Amino acid sequence: MGDRSGSGAGKAGEERVPQAGRGHLDASERELAGQGRNLPPLQLHVPEPRYRPGDAADFSDLEIPAAGTAPRPDEAADPGTMRDMAYGLVRVLDDEGQAVGPWDPKLPAKTLIRMLRAMALTRAFDARMFRAQRQGKTSFYMKSTGEEAVSIAAAAALASDDMCFPSYRQQGVLIARGWPLIDMMNQIYSNKGDRLKGRQLPIMYSAREASFFSISGNLATQYPQAVGWAMASAARGDTRIAATWCGEGSTAEGDFHSACTFASVYRAPVILNVVNNQWAISSFSGFAGAEATTFAARAIGYGIAGLRIDGNDALAVYAATRWAADRARANGGPTLIEHFTYRAEGHSTSDDPSAYRSADEGSHWPLGDPIARLKQHCIALGIWDEERQAAMDKELAEQVRDAAREAEKNGILGHGLHHPMESMFEDVFEEMPWHLREQQQQMLDEAKAAGL
Amino acid sequence: MTEAATETRQMSMIQAINSALDVMMERDPEVVVMGEDVGFFGGVFRATAGLQKKYGKNRVFDTPITEIGIIGVAIGMGAYGLRPVPEIQFADYIYPALDQLVSEAARLRYRSAGEFISPMTVRSPFGGGIFGGQTHSQSPEGIFTHVSGVKTVIPSTPYDAKGLLIAAIEDNDPVIFFEPKRIYNGPFDGHYDRPSKSWAGHPGAMVPEGYYRVPLGRARTVRAGEALTILCYGTMEHVVESMVIEMGVDAEIIDLRTLVPLDIEAVERSVKKTGRCMIVHEATRTSGYGAELSALVQERCFYHLEAPVERVTGFDTPYPHSLEWAYFPGPVRIREAINKIMRE
Repeated sequence: MGDRSGSGAGKAGEERVPQAGRGHLDASERELAGQGRNLPPLQLHVPEPRYRPGDAADFSDLEIPAAGTAPRPDEAADPGTMRDMAYGLVRVLDDEGQAVGPWDPKLPAKTLIRMLRAMALTRAFDARMFRAQRQGKTSFYMKSTGEEAVSIAAAAALASDDMCFPSYRQQGVLIARGWPLIDMMNQIYSNKGDRLKGRQLPIMYSAREASFFSISGNLATQYPQAVGWAMASAARGDTRIAATWCGEGSTAEGDFHSACTFASVYRAPVILNVVNNQWAISSFSGFAGAEATTFAARAIGYGIAGLRIDGNDALAVYAATRWAADRARANGGPTLIEHFTYRAEGHSTSDDPSAYRSADEGSHWPLGDPIARLKQHCIALGIWDEERQAAMDKELAEQVRDAAREAEKNGILGHGLHHPMESMFEDVFEEMPWHLREQQQQMLDEAKAAGL
Repeated sequence: MTEAATETRQMSMIQAINSALDVMMERDPEVVVMGEDVGFFGGVFRATAGLQKKYGKNRVFDTPITEIGIIGVAIGMGAYGLRPVPEIQFADYIYPALDQLVSEAARLRYRSAGEFISPMTVRSPFGGGIFGGQTHSQSPEGIFTHVSGVKTVIPSTPYDAKGLLIAAIEDNDPVIFFEPKRIYNGPFDGHYDRPSKSWAGHPGAMVPEGYYRVPLGRARTVRAGEALTILCYGTMEHVVESMVIEMGVDAEIIDLRTLVPLDIEAVERSVKKTGRCMIVHEATRTSGYGAELSALVQERCFYHLEAPVERVTGFDTPYPHSLEWAYFPGPVRIREAINKIMRE
């Protein structure tokens, strides 16, 4: 055995010498291998955002079609006839705040003000909770600043019992559906009022009564789940539809592909929203494929209706969502909507965007601010004014402050007012099996022995 | 253990699984069956044959080839209120769905404090002994027993397969239901050189036609004995039983049936009685489920043990093709292990 393997190794070693890598080929071997030809060396393209810290941002060359110019296909349109929609940009609000073109949803004043209010409330909530994290009252927070229209206008266009499968930046859906702020704050503080018993990282809400699915930290997993919910609704002859959201960065996950395939194959009544806010933490959208195409254009390959819309235009978001919802309800199948927007702030309280992007990018973003644009529209309609806006902002800040004070009575993170230790073992299974009961008892015994 | 037992007839494990699905689809309109090739064709192993014709395409349907999608969609259906029974064609192909199973299905009840649940049963053929090579032979149960929030179930007879599958479908927690495909059509004693047997004449192949349950979390004592306890499940139950009879050793054989939650009382009672414990599984050794069993036995039966706990498992290599019978924990290896533990 030793003899045989020894001689074998020696022989193999001798044979390997002339083949030991491309660098060792002689001229004729290189010729045979095609390396003698006069070809340029291959180059790897690694995308790079246009502006880094210290650069002056300038988006004046970005192609932004004028409001009102995008055509509005029939809700029953064949996806194959809608290809241009995936490369254009549906916009309703023009620079003067007028609603123009075929996508104008012609909403009553009441709805416009309600959306404006929910967007402002979301921003006030974000501001307060961000500060609470900085004050050490909780471990973590994520704002949705600049993206409020994406959630709120969509929620306004859906029925209240349409099932939403959000990512972590759709707190606006809960707020638009009138969910109590105190309940959201209890979750953020992981206090004794937290319905999720302090198990989840702040902002990973779950609100079944608001048809708001439990948020997961694992990106894009909710995409196929939303499709499955929609398939179930269709299979049971229900009338409810599902909507889901992910960021443009998460479209790179395999779940996105699986979800689009399932949605297409079964014509599931689902709205697949891609919130393209240009940034996935520090990675710009080019790392999700944005240099080569749009995210709405992904729909074309799946045979799904695709719309690319101005995500900072609440009326465009409303109109597109309504279009997709009507299509789904008529058994016309799924729609993928790319909301073109900008993540105005850091990814989370753990992130400092000045480390990777130009500080003035946000202020140069050509689509502006969703709240300012809807406010301008309401003022232009004569149903609103700056005084009322200022009074509303003040009132909302107070509402949020009062809610925070109430929530803090239930405790803040690390101050002891949490659910009892033994609750940690509940809900792993419907009934607690013996090994969890034992571990629960062990934990209590250890705490007792330590005098806790 | 059983309720509403009806007329029994002899079934293979495949027929028993098919019957369980049929019974549950009949009883509960929320039960849906989905997976690659499960619909019109009836499954590559025939486990879902006839179901689509009987219950329609809204309840039994073929899926695209994407395990992420199959499990992700099943989670969404469960959140809606259905009771999905997705099939993963081979356990070797369950890995693309791991994120959906581990991060989502297993955690959904916990993270939502019970607001949403995932009452799905993932059926998947597993195990070797069929010249399946690397990707048609694996036993990944240890990956799932390590995940809090899922139950892992493995039957070894047609009777158990049907009763456990019914119990799994009725269970409100996600269940990974691994079906030992080597024994789909007959028990296998590990003697690969002998003609294969059918289930005919095996007591575990007499299966009630209608509804009954074999409860999850309870082991089955295959054979009582005093000299040695052997813990096993799936195909290995038959290999072990055959060797124990052949060697005439007075071993107590326990078919665990459910790995999580484990029937710890059955394990403890038996090992304390015999003083010796051997664990047999096809899965690779390191960090396999046998390690957990061994640790539990050591912790709970230490002063009763007369010999070190013995593990007979697959080797820590990918599952080989041509060397299958050197890899498989068959009669030769089990005989050696029994001799060794009885000498101690």
